[in-house]
Amino acid sequence: MKVLSLNFLTCAVKACKSSSNSYPLHPKDAELVQDDLEVNAQLLLNLLPRIDWTALSTTATELGFPALPPQAPSVEELQSDEKKLRDLHNLLMETQIMEGKLVCANCGHEYAVREGIANFLLPSHLV
Amino acid sequence: MQARLGLLPLDISGVSLGRVKRAREEPFDRDAAYMLPTPDTSHVAYERVYEPAEDSFLLLDTLSSATETAFLQTRFGEGYAPLVVEVGPGSGVVIAFVNAQAQALFGSRNVLTAAVDVNGYACKATGETARKAALENATTHGSFLGALQGDLVAPVRDRLVDVLIFNPPYVPTPELPKQPRQADLPALDAKPSFDDDSYMLSLSYAGGRDGMETTDRLIDSLPQVLSTKGCAYILLCAQNKPEQVKQRILGFGEAWKVATVGSSGKQAGWEKLQIIRIWVE
Ligand SMILES: C[S@@+](CC[C@H](N)C(=O)[O-])C[C@H]1O[C@@H](n2cnc3c(N)ncnc32)[C@H](O)[C@@H]1O
Repeated sequence: MKVLSLNFLTCAVKACKSSSNSYPLHPKDAELVQDDLEVNAQLLLNLLPRIDWTALSTTATELGFPALPPQAPSVEELQSDEKKLRDLHNLLMETQIMEGKLVCANCGHEYAVREGIANFLLPSHLV
Repeated sequence: MQARLGLLPLDISGVSLGRVKRAREEPFDRDAAYMLPTPDTSHVAYERVYEPAEDSFLLLDTLSSATETAFLQTRFGEGYAPLVVEVGPGSGVVIAFVNAQAQALFGSRNVLTAAVDVNGYACKATGETARKAALENATTHGSFLGALQGDLVAPVRDRLVDVLIFNPPYVPTPELPKQPRQADLPALDAKPSFDDDSYMLSLSYAGGRDGMETTDRLIDSLPQVLSTKGCAYILLCAQNKPEQVKQRILGFGEAWKVATVGSSGKQAGWEKLQIIRIWVE
């Protein structure tokens, strides 16, 4: 699963949805792989407004990437900064979580990631 | 295929046999007829993952029809990166097609695609199908984010999905199979037993009362999961009472619209299968 996915996912436990603690999920013991993909600058620019930057910063740091700037770059900034584009592309599109866990800070449940597939099926006591 | 038919409860075997036979009676080259190639799913283990069938192909044909590509392109114009989520991708044939043909369907490659299936083997198959299809369509594909295992849209944040696609377990059955908890399905690296396989296949077709128990839950989640531009494509069969389903969706509010945008297999004046498009205006 691409790192970008984490920006779109939350805890599957119903009672957690209303808690801001359930987002983003926190990667634990994550094994990453890097794909080598062509940069699609327009996609990143289109994507920018729909990314939750605060959540992405948390995810990046927890995965061991250099800290992101506190504010999201503007479309103009990103457009004119080749390195920023490349770094964002590398984090969101090229990096995949293959193994590990995703942890909800609200209920503490750990979702396993195996072979790049996160398992969000819940154990009986959490349904 | 043999094993799969063997699993079907008696009262519905006619439905499935009909589908299989139809496919055999009408051998034609889909790719020549429709131009856009059907993704290769030859790696998929059909003893535990739903094999592409008439319903799957109806979705491909509907999503790539002139009316639907026009609808999608008007709705998600330039400067936007729509998020397409398929629930229940099975082999991955549909979402791999949407991802590989992003340029033809959306008029742009700036499209994100993802999938959620309750069956982990389907998730694995989907990843591979999407990867292969993107390789074969190197200049037209979008970005496939991944397939994850889960119940419907439970792990997806609210109000994010722009296009939701669902070919549900729609066959009416006396009972809905037990909806799996984490411990009910074999781990991805385990060797599934024959019973595991039967269970996973039953999850792919058995829909309980009116064949609608799972689809109803998905429909109920639409107001929460769809973005402000959101729309959904859902497959129904005649036994699902499509007119009632449509009325229910219209009942969500004045802004909600629904239309039949694809159909196949006319039987005594009834469409055997149809695709409804649901959207907010
Ligand atoms: C009829 S098959 C469709 C497969 C594929 N989309 C196609 O068109 O060929 C239904 C799929 O939905 C999945 N499914 C059933 N219940 C589900 C649920 N509650 N959440 C997610 N997926 C589910 C099944 O595992 C199966 O892969």
